[in-house]
Amino acid sequence: MAVIIDEEKCIGCGICETTCPFGAISLKNSKAVIGLACTQCGACVDVCPVGAISRVEVAQEVTMDKTQYKNVWVYIETVEGKIKNVSLELLGEGRKLADKMGQHLAGVLLGKNVESLSKDIFAAGADEVYLVEADELAHYNTDGYTTVVANLIQEYKPSVVLVGATNDGRDLGPRIASRIATGLTADCTGLAIDDETGLVAWTRPAFGGNIMATILCPEHRPQMGTVRPSVFKKPLLDYDRCGKIIRVKSTVKPEDIRTKLTDVVKVCTTCCNLEEAEIIVSGGRGLGKPENFKLVEDLAEVLGATVGASRAAVDAGWKPHMCQVGQTGKTVGPKIYIACGISGAVQHLVGMSSSDIIIAINRDKDAPIFQVANYGIVGDVLEVLPIMTEEFKKRKAC
Amino acid sequence: MEFELTEDQETIQQMAKEFAEQKLAPTVEEREEQHVFDRGLVNEMCEAGFNGICFPEAYGGAGGDYLSYILAVEELSKVDDGMGITLSVNVSLCAGPIMAYGTEEQKQKYLRSIAEGAHVGAFGLTEPNAGTDAAAQQTVAKPEGDYYILNGNKIFITNGSEADTYVVFAMTDKTKGLRGISAFILEKGMPGFSFGKRESKMGGHTSITTELVFKDVKVPKENLLGKVGEGFKIAMTTLDAGRIGVAAQALGIADAAMNYAIKYSKERVQFGKPISSFQAIAFKIADMAMKIDAARFLVYRAACLKNAGKPFSKEAAMAKAYASDVAMEVTTDAVQVYGGYGYTTDYPVERLMRNAKITQIYEGTNEVQRMVISGALLR
Amino acid sequence: MEIVVCIKQVPDTTEVKIDPVTNTLIRQGVPSIVNPFDKNALEAALQLKDKYGARVTVISMGPPQAKAALKECLSMGADTAILVSDRAFGGADTLATSYTLAACIRKIGKVDVIFCGKQAIDGDTAQVGPETAEHLGIPQVTYVSNLDIKGDTAIVDRECEDGYEVIEVKMPVLMSVIKSAAFEPRFPTIKGKMKANRAEIAVWSAADVKADEKRIGLTGSPTKVSKIFSPPRRVQGILIAEPTAKESVTVLLDKLAEAKIV
Repeated sequence: MAVIIDEEKCIGCGICETTCPFGAISLKNSKAVIGLACTQCGACVDVCPVGAISRVEVAQEVTMDKTQYKNVWVYIETVEGKIKNVSLELLGEGRKLADKMGQHLAGVLLGKNVESLSKDIFAAGADEVYLVEADELAHYNTDGYTTVVANLIQEYKPSVVLVGATNDGRDLGPRIASRIATGLTADCTGLAIDDETGLVAWTRPAFGGNIMATILCPEHRPQMGTVRPSVFKKPLLDYDRCGKIIRVKSTVKPEDIRTKLTDVVKVCTTCCNLEEAEIIVSGGRGLGKPENFKLVEDLAEVLGATVGASRAAVDAGWKPHMCQVGQTGKTVGPKIYIACGISGAVQHLVGMSSSDIIIAINRDKDAPIFQVANYGIVGDVLEVLPIMTEEFKKRKAC
Repeated sequence: MEFELTEDQETIQQMAKEFAEQKLAPTVEEREEQHVFDRGLVNEMCEAGFNGICFPEAYGGAGGDYLSYILAVEELSKVDDGMGITLSVNVSLCAGPIMAYGTEEQKQKYLRSIAEGAHVGAFGLTEPNAGTDAAAQQTVAKPEGDYYILNGNKIFITNGSEADTYVVFAMTDKTKGLRGISAFILEKGMPGFSFGKRESKMGGHTSITTELVFKDVKVPKENLLGKVGEGFKIAMTTLDAGRIGVAAQALGIADAAMNYAIKYSKERVQFGKPISSFQAIAFKIADMAMKIDAARFLVYRAACLKNAGKPFSKEAAMAKAYASDVAMEVTTDAVQVYGGYGYTTDYPVERLMRNAKITQIYEGTNEVQRMVISGALLR
Repeated sequence: MEIVVCIKQVPDTTEVKIDPVTNTLIRQGVPSIVNPFDKNALEAALQLKDKYGARVTVISMGPPQAKAALKECLSMGADTAILVSDRAFGGADTLATSYTLAACIRKIGKVDVIFCGKQAIDGDTAQVGPETAEHLGIPQVTYVSNLDIKGDTAIVDRECEDGYEVIEVKMPVLMSVIKSAAFEPRFPTIKGKMKANRAEIAVWSAADVKADEKRIGLTGSPTKVSKIFSPPRRVQGILIAEPTAKESVTVLLDKLAEAKIV
């Protein structure tokens, strides 16, 4: 696909120039010219008042017989002998895609002594589990896992592969996509089947969350995507479901693994496991001083919540990066998200907008956070927080 | 005659602006309020290379021109004028005379360490009884073998106890009057060299001003700067250059005050309108802008003359006297624009007004500047 | 030691605004900056240079204006800068971009460490680092928060959800770096800025890096952008602004109890 401007029709109004998210259009001699930064997104096509811009199909060499590729796979990530929530969420979503495509859903499970988790994968909707167990796969490592999953893909040819966008998922996904030379769409917030083409339509935020983009992978297989935790809801687990376990032998030798894990250090803070939290209390620059985070932590303690932070608070050194919620931090989807002294910049909203209930406290009634909050208190967060903590304590006691 | 900055000058000006905004702005009000001289921030400023802008690469400098350095002083002073004067003293008052009068060994040892950002400098001329009457030096330096023994004290020394290298003036021959004064390079830590009180000032609280005390300090003969008896000349020519730095500091203060006044006048509503729509205020701001631009060109012109190796003494005096008077006027008017709020410490303009005052006094009072200017014209 | 840092010039997406009338992006007036995570990556490289003496080359695939971003990296202390630029690279997705960067790195020659920032703040994919490592066939470590070198081995802290892993890997290796306290980017120096002003930045074309035209740009991109639109707005909820904080909190908690939320 290429984007072309018909010079004769172009009236040099410049609307396309202002609209282009990538700054790829400029006016030269009163005519719009598309430059090197163009990504063929087509945003300009829609806004041209005289229809001077069009997208043209550029013939692509088709090297893959796409009809050989069937079924939806979900990479299953485990932690401490349990399946991570995100993998279950993806099985739920994957089931919907598979049903729409009239195909199967399978889980891909690697590790050591993990076979017993297969029943949970079937309960979440899978028809098959591809199981690869080996000593070399006991703990996640790039080389071993990439080789095994890439080999599985090449052998069994799935049409769609979903991976949770966790730290390991974002390490593995692109490595596999590069090895098998296919398209990977990152951090998706929406999955659908495009009615016309039957392709998976991957929708994701870009530009710090300021725009949404829908991506297709038309000619390459499998179509791959990573999905952030808590974007989709966990499916209801039906343990009456059963499926087929396909055991595959690992070809990975110890010397193939070039990284050596020598230590795992748990940093036990109040920010642990934000992505799995049900209630989160988050602090931002409105707290004024790092010491005031104690007010956030006190409320979190009473509610049994995890503590998060905005980018401003992390940049100021008040909390470490692992506590950051947002586009460049963690995406969370708790039942309740309480934003304290956070203005609500788009980048932050991207990280928490899939929360069920959002409660915001900010002294600026025009703060953007109030646009998305279900409940908002306009007030000084330093005053409101201790009172809230007290009140919750009192009501809990009753 | 070009009124455009070169690419290098713009780069340095932009860098000083970014340094001021990123590193100085977040804490300047707190530091002013609590009278904190932040050595860590000063070190960062030095290590970024601001000290070395106008010195040759052979001595650890960046090989830039004098105007570039003046632009840096101006930009830093817009946010934190205490940092601006610290830089100015480092460069014009300490490294400057060493560059102009030092031996090759002295330059490699003392100039390099300032230019490379490792050291802070200071200039010790003023004494309790020798202010404008600078020649009335009472600090003495007696030659003894391989040393000069220094006794006496200096007051109102910017950077004072925080500096590492000092250019200090002392009387080596009382009988010769002016021509009996010599200049020396001292290092912090020389036995007998200590510091007296830290001045409690009206403003300029992010910069430190202390007394220097010399009790039988043994200064090696190699540390004589220039020739014996050349001290007064060194002091005067050094101050000529230094006053361009002070002028730049004043310019920065004035510019900041004007911008605060502009911003406030657009926000403050009285009689249903922003006060900027009243000519009394708008004209005040027009006058501020005229004065600041006029001062700016006097400052830049003096810097360019110095850079070209041409005589610049009168022009530097004009720049300093005018820019500092302008700073005082503009900051006073800025407080006026803010009205009652401007008088409180909740708003930044009262601080700028207090800080501006010293620029009319140090490095040659504005009376001295007028003596220099009229002296040049009425010869 | 030879180090390459991959950087990208991006619009400052924290400054981007949405036009309230048309609901589209207003990109004008948004400054172009070095991608913030890439600055962390460059800082990691410069720290190795300070400690062990290394040559740091910054590379970027981009249009001619990306030279400004490369110059900024030079002013921070990088030794050489290379811009890989060609019409044919236009429209590249992460696979085509990583292929191009790999081709550039191959042309540079023997490299011990390649640093990338975790993600670019416009694309936000975090894919180019690992994909480039795969093209080059070298090991990777992602989410790096700290590292040191011992001989021919890198000892790396890798952030995970509740702490960090310590990983040893022999060089050559590619590392993608997060915004950690250890990698706070240094302020450029005056000398650095002036040197950068005068620096000649090499520009390599597709032919220079011997790129296969089928694997670059639009042609080499398996993913295509089908549509761009504005994010849906959440419906605004209830705003509580009682005269005192205590009253506001009481109203809130009553409402939450009513809705059976807490």
